Amino acid sequence: MIYEHSRKGRRATAQAPREQADLSGIPSALRRETQPRLPEVSEMQAVRHFTRLSQKNFSIDTHFYPLGSCTMKYNPRACNTLASLPGLIGRHPLAPETHSQGFMACLFELQEILKTVTGMHAVSLTPAAGAQGEFAGVAMIRAYHDARGDTERSEILVPDAAHGTNPASAVMCGYKTREIPTGSDGDIDVDALKSALGPQAAGIMLTNPSTVGVFERRIKEIAELVHAAGGLLYYDGANLNAILGKVRPGDMGFDVIHMNLHKTFSTPHGGGGPGAGPVGVSQRLEPYLPVPMVDMDGGDYRWLTEKDRPASIGRLSAFAGNAGVLLRAYVYARLLGREGMHRVAEFSTLNANYLLKRLMEAGFDAAYPERRASHEFILTLKRQAKELGVNTMDFAKRMLDYGVHAPTTYFPLLVPECLLVEPTESEAKEELDNFVEIMASIKQEAETQPELVIQAPHTMPVRRLDDVRAARELDLAWRGDE
Amino acid sequence: MPFIPHTEEDIQAMLATIGVEHIDALFDEIPKELRCGELNTIPPGMSEMELSRLMQARARADGQPLCFIGAGAYDHHIPAAVWELTTRGEFYTAYTPYQAEASQGTLQLLYEYQSIMTALTGMDVSNASLYDGASALAEAVLMAVRANRKSKSKRILVPRNLHPVYRKVTRTIVHNQQIELVEVAYNSESGEIDKQELQRYSGEDYAALIIPQPNFFGVLEAADELTDWAHANGMLAIAVVNPLAMTVLKPAGEWGEQGADICCGEGQPLGAPLASGGPYFGFLCCTQKLVRQMPGRIIGRTVDMDGKPGYALTLQAREQHIRRSKATSNICTNQGLMVTAATIHMTLMGSEGMQRVAAASHANTGKLTQALTSLHGVESVFDGPVFHERVLRLPIAANKALRALAAHNVLGGFDLSDDYPELGDAILVCATEIISDSDIENYRGKLERVIASQVETPCQLKPDW
Repeated sequence: MIYEHSRKGRRATAQAPREQADLSGIPSALRRETQPRLPEVSEMQAVRHFTRLSQKNFSIDTHFYPLGSCTMKYNPRACNTLASLPGLIGRHPLAPETHSQGFMACLFELQEILKTVTGMHAVSLTPAAGAQGEFAGVAMIRAYHDARGDTERSEILVPDAAHGTNPASAVMCGYKTREIPTGSDGDIDVDALKSALGPQAAGIMLTNPSTVGVFERRIKEIAELVHAAGGLLYYDGANLNAILGKVRPGDMGFDVIHMNLHKTFSTPHGGGGPGAGPVGVSQRLEPYLPVPMVDMDGGDYRWLTEKDRPASIGRLSAFAGNAGVLLRAYVYARLLGREGMHRVAEFSTLNANYLLKRLMEAGFDAAYPERRASHEFILTLKRQAKELGVNTMDFAKRMLDYGVHAPTTYFPLLVPECLLVEPTESEAKEELDNFVEIMASIKQEAETQPELVIQAPHTMPVRRLDDVRAARELDLAWRGDE
Repeated sequence: MPFIPHTEEDIQAMLATIGVEHIDALFDEIPKELRCGELNTIPPGMSEMELSRLMQARARADGQPLCFIGAGAYDHHIPAAVWELTTRGEFYTAYTPYQAEASQGTLQLLYEYQSIMTALTGMDVSNASLYDGASALAEAVLMAVRANRKSKSKRILVPRNLHPVYRKVTRTIVHNQQIELVEVAYNSESGEIDKQELQRYSGEDYAALIIPQPNFFGVLEAADELTDWAHANGMLAIAVVNPLAMTVLKPAGEWGEQGADICCGEGQPLGAPLASGGPYFGFLCCTQKLVRQMPGRIIGRTVDMDGKPGYALTLQAREQHIRRSKATSNICTNQGLMVTAATIHMTLMGSEGMQRVAAASHANTGKLTQALTSLHGVESVFDGPVFHERVLRLPIAANKALRALAAHNVLGGFDLSDDYPELGDAILVCATEIISDSDIENYRGKLERVIASQVETPCQLKPDW
């Protein structure tokens, strides 16, 4: 704890103004009586403390990190360096357009690139993350129906395997949600969908490839059914990495999409964010896009605001979203170029299918063995759990001892004892081979010395944590000796 | 191939293992008619060197003007160590700490962040961040409507001197849940929330009163009185504060008899560069009583199997990945890296350093006000005490004055005439601790000449000095 290094009166003196200026302009009744308790440490103590904390993390830069649905690919350093150039990092968000043309050019071109790779008619970059993009998308669906006087539509359909953000976003937009089951082949149950469609259905939220790691083969038919019933289709871009440059949501019939730039455009993940969740729409939804957006007018860039877009769902953040993340995505897109976009899908899919095949050969069960993997796939350890008494969580924790971050566990909920594995395109073959060997070793350990796996991890800074105690005896802030 | 390590030999071996001849065969489940062709409108890839040249030209094009705009984003000195440490790969390229044992660095840091934020705001608990200040306020409003058991109302009192974009964003996010935002006027002399106007709502059923400190005009509110009024009328008090101001002002948790119930705001002044408006981070703190209504990630301190202290995500039953449609919010990815920077920033500054920055910003804005109001026709609009921003009225059209100043590389402030036309040619100015006396003199001199040239030849936008 940083507070444990704290000593009264110790300071990193180089950081602050030399003296305390006069505060007498602020009435004493409005002033605080005691100093807030912040850590009091030297600069070196702070640097050492936070460096040591960083070393307790697994990260892409240090470990294989096949966390399914999160696209933990290499984050090029150039993205950070070039987004942090002085004229960009120091630009005030309310600087006039005369002092913003360089920045706005990057945003405009990013809008254009994203339009092209997704096949959508228009793009707004402002949503701060995937979930905010979902909110914006569903809000646009609602605005569209409302503008047509079609106000009876009260439900959003979501597959049972959907990300939790999908139903949560629909509810924030004032909708109820209805779940559509997934068939045994991993595709959506089209008959169940047919019976759920009707004048109450505002639309459906789909991920394609879906959260079970396979391409929804009947997507064209699904789009026709939903449209025929007066609903709209929402595309959750969490898995866009799998299809970049191969197939486009716009061509599949989606009306509105979000993209996760921290995933597909590698901006990075930052220990939980910031992300960016731009939205793209078909022509009929364009008037509702969130503002601000960037427009080009005779070679000059200008902001599109509520004045230009009176039907817009409005603003989602104080300025223009996570601008610095957008710049990183722009740099990444320009480094890749058109040929690089195709390769993202090709090599992420090659890696996933290779890894799946090798794991199946090593005795693991695929959840959908007859299907082609997309950029990720699901293993089920149901058999191991039953036969050996070692479950998916045990496997995941033991992987940490072997120096790889665990894949996503227990998601989607409909596959028992599942691991969702996404190797991404930036991993070399030998890293994948190493992962297969690790999985095989853990299986062998589970057969011969299961306690070793059940008690794992053994080499991390802490062993398994008491989550029940964390929730029951809440300790959410350091109170010192109080 | 940038960022792809495969050799031709690797590719062939992998395809052989899978049992297909070409990579393209791996896409055989995608209906042929849906496959897209070349993405010809996307330019070909660039080398890092070529792209550096392009980005440097773009960055140069935006110049580095002398900036006196605040209005929700403030230029403060950030110690060099902050971003050197924050961009370490172990922080920069990790994700949400789902595997706690392999994420103790991020988890402990977030716990330290929560500790610092509660100390700063005087509240009991803090979450681990939201997107930005405006969206944090929207979440606070949703939280208040859920949490206020005394009120059946879905109406919220929103002062008109709250940041105009915060009002817009909150509306965007809450209006589909039939929550109504009712505006309360400000006092035209002091710039504070108008107390008489507020009295009109006494005894009525509202879920919460929003109290900005300072408000958008930079003016300080009588936070004690407003908090007590809200509580006396069965409303929750939602504080929207500048976190830097909290180092010298009475913290929200101590306002009035019982303290504010929820405290939120924009974290940018705590170590985030201006960067065109983001990424920043929203903070959200509340009383212990409301913790289960909180949106977003929360970190708890606990012990491991051996009784050793450790940190983990907690109260996850509030969140979308567990609770789905019944979650307190849809938020998943938050602003983790920005909070990493803020924690390091506040640790390096310490409370003494943070207070000096706050005081220097207050003093500099005072000097700026004095310098500019010494010009004929420039006057201060409100007489209430301010933190580090001030509304000034100009003797010439505000938009023309700002454009003329910008042409000489001075961003003179934020034009209030769109949002507050009743104030006339008013601008909002700010001078943080990084502004020097000669910067202020530079601004004063240029504004003097702009005013002179506009008064003499009102149509001329670019005086030729």
